[in-house]
Amino acid sequence: MKVSYYPGCSLEETAIDYAESIAAVAPLLDLELAELEDWNCCGASAAHSINHTLALDLSARNLLIARQAGLDLVVPCALCFNRLKVAEKALPVPQENKGKTQPPVKVWDLLDYLTQPEFLKSLAGKVVRPLAGLKAVCYYGCLAARPPKVTDKEAYENPGNMEALLRALGAEPLDWSYKTDCCGAGLALARPDIIDTLVKRLYDRALAAGAECFVVSCQMCQANLDLPQKRIAKKAGRDYYLPVLYFTELIGLALAHPEVDKWLARHLVDPRPLLKKLGALSAFA
Amino acid sequence: MSLEKQIAISPAGELAAKLNSAQLPVDACYQCKKCSSGCPLTFAMDLLPDQVIRLALLGQEEQVLGAVTPWVCSSCETCTTRCPNGIDIAGVMDWLKEEALRRGYSIPQVQISRFHQSFLETVRLGGGRLSEPLLLGLYSLRSGKTLEKLKSGELKDELLLGWELVRRGRLKPKLPKKLKGAGEIAAFFAKSER
Ligand code: SF4
Ligand code: SF4
Repeated sequence: MKVSYYPGCSLEETAIDYAESIAAVAPLLDLELAELEDWNCCGASAAHSINHTLALDLSARNLLIARQAGLDLVVPCALCFNRLKVAEKALPVPQENKGKTQPPVKVWDLLDYLTQPEFLKSLAGKVVRPLAGLKAVCYYGCLAARPPKVTDKEAYENPGNMEALLRALGAEPLDWSYKTDCCGAGLALARPDIIDTLVKRLYDRALAAGAECFVVSCQMCQANLDLPQKRIAKKAGRDYYLPVLYFTELIGLALAHPEVDKWLARHLVDPRPLLKKLGALSAFA
Repeated sequence: MSLEKQIAISPAGELAAKLNSAQLPVDACYQCKKCSSGCPLTFAMDLLPDQVIRLALLGQEEQVLGAVTPWVCSSCETCTTRCPNGIDIAGVMDWLKEEALRRGYSIPQVQISRFHQSFLETVRLGGGRLSEPLLLGLYSLRSGKTLEKLKSGELKDELLLGWELVRRGRLKPKLPKKLKGAGEIAAFFAKSER
């Protein structure tokens, strides 16, 4: 299966671990990711906050490139995904698609794409190292789901596809009420004090649910839960050890991809002690 | 302004009309406060989201354009998702920020407005993609808080964090790839500034 792929700017840099794990995992699932030719930044929160014309133009250009490529478009970043869906709703439907219900190319967020039933089935069959005992809360963040009239999602308040994936990999997803609550990532640089409040609440709720780690599908959530953990712990006067893993890293782990260690080493909160304890990293120990 | 304080208001229709023409109608709001109940950022706001909508509907431009609320709104879209009357509250927050800047209002959260501006400037300078190290540099210069942060120790923490990222290969001081569409992108910027 071949799809167009829009990585977005941060996957070329701070989220290089996400990018590497996606690139490694796709072929294991017989998925070919064709990077969109000459894609540009979607403008992120900055553009839609203070320059709506620019926001629309930037994302519309990416969508038009994808339409030219003619393949479904898969997007790992929740914010880029959201902006592309906004552009999709704003752009006129091309002539040849008039009257059809399907858009010319479908825009997917990566988690949704990889948790389609056929992928889940094939994944379950490929697990060589089940993630038994891995107690995790799934954290979806905001923009992959909301608002549904933009994202076209059905399960926007209580999604369950990441949990289904974890179960297929042998892990133990825990129920909690904060899976789509905001972590405030867009304010991380300008108002770190706000992040401290929002993210601490997520840590505490995750721990209360019995979790030992977070699993995420958005690199902004990852950064925002991973990078300030020490700072938040210091402020709260207590220790936190809650690694923040990408769902693609877990796929790599369960399917025993040889490069898992390289991705995990890039996290600030090192997940390896937890995984070693569970025996999930024994090959590298 | 305190949330409880009663305010004498002379209603005016222009703001609601402007929001209408921006496809952000607010007149269906019946003050159920569902938007504010689900908003995770109310602790950092001066007006609750439902108050912003009500005051906008009543044409209280000074109050809503000068408020902290639109700036600390994280655009999480919870309010827009849940409003029983289909009001795009998050969209109104964006509109207010853009309008406040356009009209030259004094911004109550310059750290945030400067962050957004630095971000877009970085994309423009990079020719269409964002360079995260360049954004960090530009924003530190613009935020003008260096001395304050030096004193509080925050600067040291930030630099240490930056170093941790460099060490782990997550921050590389390089410029983004040159795009074939750089001219197109520059034209988008020029058009939006007109
Ligand atoms: S949820 Fe909608 S109708 Fe209710 S107060 Fe907020 S904006 Fe008004
Ligand atoms: S979009 Fe803004 S106002 Fe609406 S719920 Fe989120 S933070 Fe609150």
